[in-house]
Amino acid sequence: MSDKAFKTLLWFAASIILIITGGMLYSLTSGAIPAFKQFGFFEFLSSSEWNPTEGSEKYGALAFIIGTIITSILGILFCLPFSLPVALFIGEYFKGKKIASLLGTIVDLLAGIPSIVYGLWGFYALRPIIMSLGLSPQGFGILTASPVLGIMIIPYAASLSAEFIRMVPNDLKEGAYSMGATRAEVIQHIILPISGSGIFSSYILALGRALGETMAVTMLIGNANGIPNSIFDTGNTMASIIANQFGEAYGLKLSSLIAVGLLLFLITAIINFIGKLIIKRNNL
Amino acid sequence: MENTIKENILTLKDVCISYTPGQNAVNMVTADIQKGLITSIMGPSGCGKSTLLRAINRMHELYPGITITGDIKLNNKDILKMNAIEVRRMAGMVFQRPNPFPTLSIYDNVIAGYTLNGIKKTKDEKDEIVENSLKNVALWDEVKDVLQKKGTFLSGGQQQRLCIARALALKPDILLMDEPTSALDPIATNRIEELLVELKKEVTIVIVTHNMSQAARISDYSMFMYLGDLIEYDTTKKMFTNPQDKRTEEYLTGKFG
Repeated sequence: MSDKAFKTLLWFAASIILIITGGMLYSLTSGAIPAFKQFGFFEFLSSSEWNPTEGSEKYGALAFIIGTIITSILGILFCLPFSLPVALFIGEYFKGKKIASLLGTIVDLLAGIPSIVYGLWGFYALRPIIMSLGLSPQGFGILTASPVLGIMIIPYAASLSAEFIRMVPNDLKEGAYSMGATRAEVIQHIILPISGSGIFSSYILALGRALGETMAVTMLIGNANGIPNSIFDTGNTMASIIANQFGEAYGLKLSSLIAVGLLLFLITAIINFIGKLIIKRNNL
Repeated sequence: MENTIKENILTLKDVCISYTPGQNAVNMVTADIQKGLITSIMGPSGCGKSTLLRAINRMHELYPGITITGDIKLNNKDILKMNAIEVRRMAGMVFQRPNPFPTLSIYDNVIAGYTLNGIKKTKDEKDEIVENSLKNVALWDEVKDVLQKKGTFLSGGQQQRLCIARALALKPDILLMDEPTSALDPIATNRIEELLVELKKEVTIVIVTHNMSQAARISDYSMFMYLGDLIEYDTTKKMFTNPQDKRTEEYLTGKFG
């Protein structure tokens, strides 16, 4: 194959990606326009009504935006105490040892488990616990969905954080050790401050994953269409309302669901952009 | 120098260090290092000079699989039997590449030894330590108005002096320097060398260098190592004017290395 043909092939493959993304954005936008036209863009964002009664149809995304944010942030909070130690284990404590690469592989395997399997685990293992603790009568709700979400994003947060921890230059660590610091002191005073912004960005990217996570959350969150009163309440995320109602939706409701999808697309894109920006700015 | 009473601060006896079993990177090194002087360790790359230096503050323990045998006594204490953390406070270290902590200010870099070890000091005590340590390395006048700026804003030579100040702040008995000027330009190198000659009033210095003229300029005693063996150890003057071993002579005259 000539150089020119090869280059054209690469150009073609690359532009397909752009066309697909652009096409997605276009069809989401055009599908969402009827809803935005009917209710107004800002009204759609700020209303928590979800009323499919014919004749008085009214849809707003606020309840799902709030549900998504609460579930995802709680998910991050559940993820943090597991993923950060794992990252330190892989990136510093047992760096370069067999046990670290073994653990790293297992953590990466977590990312490959299908979402529905996590959902089933949450349904059969976590839900009974929530019920027996008396936190929720049916065992569904934000408090059931977010720990599962937290576990699901561990691999994304942990492997990227471990990478940043590993990148802390050795001579800085040695400098601290040479003054009599212990391992814990080196981690606390040198490694975490230096890799801090990188670790922060890995959690931002993990948040991006959490926002759009659909299946497991849909199975566990209880699928209620109002703004949740507390973390013990049931609710819906932007992804779960779409998954739940897309099948039988048409007309204005369908357009509203597509509008929710468009918003989710934009929020996730912005979160990912911010995460990558922080990484770029703090390149070690 | 000949008139002063010799006092050994560091004694090495039959020191062997190996990275892989059965293969000594440092082989049966025996030497006494005198207090208040500068001793340089020279030799070609891979001769074991840095390996030997790093055994003195037990840096090798940070990595698995390195074994050290023999006796290393610092101030008559067997450092291989001591707590590594105590050893490292007694033996400060300065590295090849200036390594101020990038997230800390100049002030906090100097005081880092105390912060890292969790030693509480009052603001006045800290101010005093910072000022004295920076004066010791002739950096005070250059940085006294920018103490809150990050240490990494300084030039390479200034950063290295900051690292020396950081090591001195803990009042070590001995300062171990691993090619401390190899990343610096000649002017910065010159300043560090002048500084070291000044500093030997305060602290004993052991410096690893591949720069023979540097060893000749600043050190009182010199060691020459080759393939893990200590070939020759004598006053710098004698070693440079009348080396006893053929290999030393060949190295010093640039025949290899």
